[in-house]
This record gives sequence, C-alpha cells and structure tokens, in this order.
Amino acid sequence: MITQALFRALDRKAIWLVAILLLVAIAVPASNLLLPDGNPLRLPNYAVPLFGKYLTYAMLALALDLVWGYCGILSLGHGAFFAIGGYAMGMYLMRQIGTRGVYANPTLPDFMVFLNWKELPWYWLGMDNFWFAMVMVVLVPGLLAFVFGFLAFRSRVTGVYLSIITQAMTYALLLAFFRNDMGFGGNNGLTDFKDILGQSISAPATRAALFAASAIALALAVLACSLIVNSKLGKVMVAVRDAESRTRFLGYRVEYVKLFAFVVSAIIAGIAGALYVPQVGIINPSEFEPANSIEVVIWTAVGGRGTIIGPIIGGILVNVGKSYFTGAFPEYWLFALGALFVVTTLFLPKGIVGLIGQYRAATTRREQHAPTPRTVDAEPQPRPAE
Amino acid sequence: MTDKTGTMLYLDGVSVAFDGFKAINNLSIIVHPAEMLAIIGPNGAGKTTMMDIITGKTRPDDGQVLFDGRTDLTKLDEAAIANLGIGRKFQKPTVFESHTVWDNIEMALKKPRGVFSALFYTADAADIARIEEILETVRLLGRKDDYAANLSHGQKQWLEIGMLLAQDPKLLLVDEPVAGMTDAETVETAKLLKQIAKTRSVVVVEHDMSFVRELGSRVTCLAEGAVLAEGSLDQVSANPVVIERYLGR
Repeated sequence: MITQALFRALDRKAIWLVAILLLVAIAVPASNLLLPDGNPLRLPNYAVPLFGKYLTYAMLALALDLVWGYCGILSLGHGAFFAIGGYAMGMYLMRQIGTRGVYANPTLPDFMVFLNWKELPWYWLGMDNFWFAMVMVVLVPGLLAFVFGFLAFRSRVTGVYLSIITQAMTYALLLAFFRNDMGFGGNNGLTDFKDILGQSISAPATRAALFAASAIALALAVLACSLIVNSKLGKVMVAVRDAESRTRFLGYRVEYVKLFAFVVSAIIAGIAGALYVPQVGIINPSEFEPANSIEVVIWTAVGGRGTIIGPIIGGILVNVGKSYFTGAFPEYWLFALGALFVVTTLFLPKGIVGLIGQYRAATTRREQHAPTPRTVDAEPQPRPAE
Repeated sequence: MTDKTGTMLYLDGVSVAFDGFKAINNLSIIVHPAEMLAIIGPNGAGKTTMMDIITGKTRPDDGQVLFDGRTDLTKLDEAAIANLGIGRKFQKPTVFESHTVWDNIEMALKKPRGVFSALFYTADAADIARIEEILETVRLLGRKDDYAANLSHGQKQWLEIGMLLAQDPKLLLVDEPVAGMTDAETVETAKLLKQIAKTRSVVVVEHDMSFVRELGSRVTCLAEGAVLAEGSLDQVSANPVVIERYLGR
C-alpha cells in the first residue's frame, strides 16, 4: 500500500527535481573541498553557507506552498515554525560551547550566567544531546501547529481571518522571545556557536556537510510533498481550497484535512529553520517578525504556488536577488520587493512556473500549426485564498 | 403525525428564524424509501433552507429531523450527515473545477473519508469499474480526462449528479437540477432521476413545471416556510391557494 503510494508520488518532475538536488548536494561540496584554490570552478568558502541558506529558504517556501498553494490556507506566520526549529537547533549548539564561553561555565550559556541564573531551565535539559534536539526540531513546531490549527480549523476560521491570526501568532512569539525571562537569550538570541557533532562549525568541511544536509532535506521534503499532493488526500486538499463547503457535503472532515497539511508544513518549516541556523551562525527573535513571514508568501507567489518546483525557484531567486540588491543598492531593496509582488500579482498570477507553462503551450501550438485549444495544458487557475 | 418508522426522511414541526424572520415555520415533510418527492414553491419559500437543515448546515430552532426513522440529524455536522448517506446537489453546480472529471467522481466515491485512508488510497479494479459505470450513466466517459472547469453548464450539473451517485447515498437532495439545461437535457435528467428513485429516495426542488410533470412524482408546494399543498402535480396545481400564491403570479 505504502510502496504503491510512493511509486505514484514519483512522477517525472519530482524525480528530476530530487535528482538535481542530490547532484547539487554532491557537486557543491566537491567543488569547494576538492578543487584547488584559483580553479575557476571552485566555489569560494563564503558561498557554501550562503547557498545552503537559500536552500533552507526554498524549503520554507515549499512548506508554505503545501498549505497555501494546495490547501488554500494563507498562513502569514510560517516564519514562526522556521524560527522555532531554528531555536531548537540553536539550543543544541549553545550547549556545545561549554567552557569556551566568555564566562567558561560548563553548563550554563553565557546569557544565563549574565542574568545570574544558577541552573538550566527545565526546557533546556537534554538539548545537549543532538538527537534529542533534532526530535524537538520536529516536535515543537508540529505540536504548535497542531494545537493552533486544531482550534482555528475546528472553529472554521478561514480566509483573511486565519491569515490575521497566524500573523498575530508570530508577533506574539516575537514579543515573547524578546523577553530575557523566556530563557532564549532575549533580543540577542543564540549565537557564538562553536561545534556541531564535535566538528568546528566554521570549518569548510562542516559547512560543506551542512550544505549537503540542506540539499538532501529539501529533496526529502520534495518527495514528501509530492507524495501528499499526488495522493487522493492531495486532491481533497485542492478541493478544500476551491470549494470548501462542497467538500464537507461529500463527507470529508475539512478541518482534519487542513490540520494534516498545516502540521506537515510546520514540520518541514521547522527542519528548514534548524538547517538555517548553523549556516548563518545566529538565531534571534527578529526571525519571528511578521514581515519575514510575508516575504515567504512573496517567494512562493513569484515562483508559482500550487506547484512543487515553483516555491523552490521563487525562494532561491528572490533571495539571490536580495543578496545582490542589499549589497548594491541597499536602500532600494524593499521597493524592489514590493514592486516584485505587485508585478507578480498583476501579470504573473501563476508565477514563474506559470509563465514557463504558457510559453511552452504557445510554442507547441506554433509547431503544430493548428491552434486547437483543447491540446494545451489548460489547467484552470486556482482561485486565490480570498 | 404519522409513524416515523419506515420513513427515510421525517421532518416534524421544524422551525428556524433568521433575525426574527421565520424562514421555516412548523414544516412537516415525510419521504419514504425509494420514493421521489418534488418540492415547488415561490422564491423565499424556504426550499434551500430546508435542504440546509437536513444536511446540517443550519440548525433548526425547533422540531424533529430524523433520517431512516431513527437518526437525529440536528445533532450532526455536514460531514457526518453526508457519511450517513445523504447526498446533496447544489442549486449552482459546484464541482471541483481544477480536477478532472474522473478525479471529481473518484473523490466522491464511497470510501473511508479519513485523512490517512485518503493519503494511501489506490483505486482498485472495482473502484475503476464503478467510476466508469457512473461516467457512462451521466455520459461523461468521453470527457473523463478534461478539467471540470471546461465542461458546459449542463455537463457540470450532470457531473454533480454523478458525484452524488458515487457517494451511494440513500437519500438524494437535488436543488434545481435542470437550471440552464436545454430541453433535451432536461428530459434526459428526468429519466435519470426516475431511474435513481427506483432504489433510493430523491427530493427534487424545482421551478420548471414541465420538468416536475416529467418526473411524475408526489409534489409538495411550500410557501413562507410551511406546506401549502400536497399531492399529485394535477391536484396541487388545481389548488386555488397554490394558484393564487405561486402559479398565478
């Protein structure tokens, strides 16, 4: 049963995408580590974590797309799940610093010593164990999404109202994590990491491994999402997006369908956050900023929502653009981002992927010399989530 | 009121008010197994509200709504009622436009509705045969791979009837099935519904009198949320109150 589902999920596009990601997972570290300095094909050291960061952003966009593009839930708080996954990884990394901190306290992180705390809060216990921390990376965002989603979907909160409360959720977490009393380092967050699994976090080999882990995690997320959206459940998700009450009259429990998508999506976002933190070297409350979550929506829309590859393209391209723009014309980045969103909404409702689809349809029509509209891939446009 | 056992649908003294306006006022209706009932009546008579009450979308303020003589529908939500065996076709055809005709039927097919059973579902030979049979019945087999959005209005109505059949309900609630259909399509729809009513209970809400005549079933005329007249179409349309309040206008 499960193998059949797996087989069905592996449609051609997903296979290509997974193959490319696995190739990247090998090629980028190999180019950085094996090629000698000065070789034009060698990726410089700074580029490896930067590209790794783009991959984690792509994964976050994919997670959002699963709920927004396929299930019609416009979450404006997905950055919160990303940040929580990041904090769980950050806690592990803090505990690895040990006596190398400024205060050389073997158990307490520096900020706790600074606050005159005498012992580790209960929720920091066990976080020095890598596997325990990784379980938390999955469990905490998943649990938050479950509780939040259960209450929201059961009460049939939909459309803009749901978007607003997801925004409120991430904002509430932002304020909470800013407080020193929370025990997550206040507004400085968690940083000054030294080791991960006994390896120096800044060593090129570690960074290459983290990059490979990000690419593989993204490939697995693509597989999982592909399995879900190609199953009957995936079709029901799209049905919920397009005609929620009709789906209910067919006998489906819409709230559980949404809850499933929301929890899976939050877990993917959490894993992305956990891979992001060691590559950028810091996690602080600004990751909870509502604006961050809105940016994720833009990446997904630009790439093309309701497709697996769209959010990955969008997440990478917009962030490459951001890296360039914030370096070249720092004051204009936000204008460019705003313009991008307006242009996408007005002219590219299906994003870059939709544009490619249109171009393909146009060229095949020209080649056939017989414009028969029935032959083009006339997939109806998904209606926006209110 | 008559005996509730042996009824498929039993509404007794049902009332519902929206902001003081009585949309349904002490309404009592009985539908027997394998029986067709046509409901006519002017706009605002409460026909759609009645469907909403039966399918769990609206809760009545008062009265009894029983399915199969024993299940109280006022305590259940839409999904639970649908799974009991009540299928509903909406006034405006609502099919899943970004899915193919085939997928629309496959989703409606009577199968466990849980999240995980849907995730690991694979259509077996019996399911495929059943879907083909339904598509044959509603004459959409030739368009099975087309997106539902590309169907004509009449074809969407038929697809929705096909989805109802796939649900394998005991009771079908059909709201204005021939709106926007050609005369030929209307005749075909009447035939199809009569065929369905041989084994299931069917409640049809309709304005088109020639279609109701085609159905040849028992007719109930509603007005202002209550039953105005009952009987055969000839009896009902000869009723002076019905002529004054509905037909004559």
